[in-house]
Amino acid sequence: MANQKEIENLVAKIVSEIVNKTESEEKCECKCCCDEQIPDITAVRHQDDFHVPDAVNEPEYMRMKARTPARIGVWRAGTRLKTDTFLRFRADHAVAVDAVFTEVPEEFIKDMGMPSFRSQCHSKAEYLQRPDLGRLFDDETAAKIKSECKNKPTVQIIVSDGLSSTAVTANIETILPAIMQGLKVYGLDAGTPFFVRYARVGIMDQVTELLGADVTVNLIGERPGLATGESMSAYITYKGYVGMPEAGRTVISNIHKGGTPPVEAGAHIAELAKKMLDQKISGLGLQI
Amino acid sequence: MILKTSLYGKTYEFKDVKEVLAKANEPKSGDVFQGIAAETALERVAAKVVLSHLTVGDLTENPAIPYESDFCTRVILDGLNTYYYNKFKNWTLGDLREYLIDWETAGNDIRIIASGFSSEVIAGLAKLMSNMDLACTSKKLIVTTRANTEVGRPEILPFRSQPNHPTDDIDGIMISVLEGIAYGCGDAMIGVNPVEDNVDNTSRIAYALYDFMEKWECPTQSSVLSHITTQMKAVEEGAPLSLFFQSIAGSEPALKAFGVTTEMLDEANDQIHHMGIAYGPNLMYFETGQGSEMSIDADCGVDEMTLEARTYGFGRRYAPFCVNNVSGFIGPETIYDGREALRAHLEDQFMGKMSGLPMGSGCAYTNHMHCDQNDLEIIDMLMCFVGTNYVAGLPLGDDVMLSYQDNSYHDNATMRLLTGRKPVVEFHQWMMKLGLMREDASLTKAAGDASFFLRN
Repeated sequence: MANQKEIENLVAKIVSEIVNKTESEEKCECKCCCDEQIPDITAVRHQDDFHVPDAVNEPEYMRMKARTPARIGVWRAGTRLKTDTFLRFRADHAVAVDAVFTEVPEEFIKDMGMPSFRSQCHSKAEYLQRPDLGRLFDDETAAKIKSECKNKPTVQIIVSDGLSSTAVTANIETILPAIMQGLKVYGLDAGTPFFVRYARVGIMDQVTELLGADVTVNLIGERPGLATGESMSAYITYKGYVGMPEAGRTVISNIHKGGTPPVEAGAHIAELAKKMLDQKISGLGLQI
Repeated sequence: MILKTSLYGKTYEFKDVKEVLAKANEPKSGDVFQGIAAETALERVAAKVVLSHLTVGDLTENPAIPYESDFCTRVILDGLNTYYYNKFKNWTLGDLREYLIDWETAGNDIRIIASGFSSEVIAGLAKLMSNMDLACTSKKLIVTTRANTEVGRPEILPFRSQPNHPTDDIDGIMISVLEGIAYGCGDAMIGVNPVEDNVDNTSRIAYALYDFMEKWECPTQSSVLSHITTQMKAVEEGAPLSLFFQSIAGSEPALKAFGVTTEMLDEANDQIHHMGIAYGPNLMYFETGQGSEMSIDADCGVDEMTLEARTYGFGRRYAPFCVNNVSGFIGPETIYDGREALRAHLEDQFMGKMSGLPMGSGCAYTNHMHCDQNDLEIIDMLMCFVGTNYVAGLPLGDDVMLSYQDNSYHDNATMRLLTGRKPVVEFHQWMMKLGLMREDASLTKAAGDASFFLRN
């Protein structure tokens, strides 16, 4: 049997090949849009962004500023923000807003080859105001899931928009193949991965009950912070059930290219599924 | 007690006072989520009509959560002034509303009689008021308190500095403190929400704040917002703190979930008077916010606004130095958008001041609300205009630890110019002595440079 490191390396290699391929295809080489443009204000790191003129002690200012993600040393226009500071803040909030309020395109789900279902919510607005409805399917959808997806899978994966559609479109193409590949290495049957629109974490418990899965994985968009719209979490349960305590879920959070990269997270999720099946437990009791 | 009325020929009947209170609310997503909101706009008005005919006595004798089963209710009702309760118990809320909003009725007179009003009475009054009714009544209510310095005078506009950090790094916290001071923020208090809730960490932050205050002789208050029991242990071990902080709520199950009892806060209040670094007599700091009870399933079927009033009723037992809501902090399932947040802030300011609390405003929104910095700035401007005791200030308004947005140090400095309200007297003198601020509270050229305090 291959050791842990080898498996992870293998998964990483396969997936990075897929990623590199898509990236090279998207490269633009035209002159019209690539020549002159105003520099991207979001490319500046906050730690480097400093505007206080004639600061009394700039070296010490910069040293302490480097210790916090807070936006320090921004200076002022009278008592208001300087224009670039103001627009950068707007851009960072806009990223978060777009992550929450845009929809994951049906096209994207189709391209991923996943069936798509919806919770009991009918709109984003309803979803945001009614967490209870985001945790359940209606009877018709439940029946459809049961008939269209493989029953009694060892591991069931669902992808949920949650509070960030951007997290889904940014990570799924990488994380899903990584998990599938990892499960394959462990010889675990993966069922039919599917997408759920307007879904909360808890909807995975109804999925577990409907399909009779042993392990269920919910890949869900996290509530975005300023400038971080792509972050995803994976909630994983062993024999979950509707109304189970939150402490029974194992969570990997902060999955995005600036946090835990999706390839790495995918391999880790497969490994956790294996451990849960071996130990017959998830959440706080799981020995990792 | 009549719980039935007709509007345009259609009859509306409510089963109890609790239902009337819930359905009389202006729209809030939290009430809808709980399934207790008015189902139509007309039903909402019908509930308001019924409420306007209820008396002070009706609402006091029918608390939203029974006296026998809830220690929060007991603290509220046991604390009422019986003289003023008896004097007003036969007044209807409709009549009382007219008395309060009349500009001729002095704020001080309202404060005196309000000592006889239960939280349900105060919530009921707010439910009968428009936004401007709330504003013009709140503006008259002046609640001053003192720890090291005095806050609450209408001509004073102080700020809580909120220099939070995702890993409690002391340099990271302190550069945010210094930047705030350089804009004139921190005279209400410098208060850090720590990530790690333990005694060592609480003490470490307390010393860092204290060292700054001592070195620069900065006249203000400090607070570390860990759990009250953690702060008590830290102070027992000698940590220097001016105020004791605790989040509080309006029902027994919510207070229990926060790990708080009446006796515990009594003891804490006593301890900080004997072992803290501020003079007093007001040495407690509370945070509250509409929707906190429902977010932990401890609402007992009561609407979030009435629970918020009950939170203030509970808080008044401790004569705190400062209290602020953070309505908007939880998210869109409690307060959906900027409009609902604005309403909540006006309600909270009125209900807090009516409860005798030194009410500040924690203007807040999360990224999954329909709300942005423009909404927040409107709320900030309005609250400072109607006389809120203080608001918060953060670097660019971004809380890098709690992941939500609030007011910025820049907003703080701007609000002083827009309202003409000045810093706390001693702090203002100190800022002028340092050459960072002028008499009219405008910033000098040297202001805005945190390294003013890092000179070699």
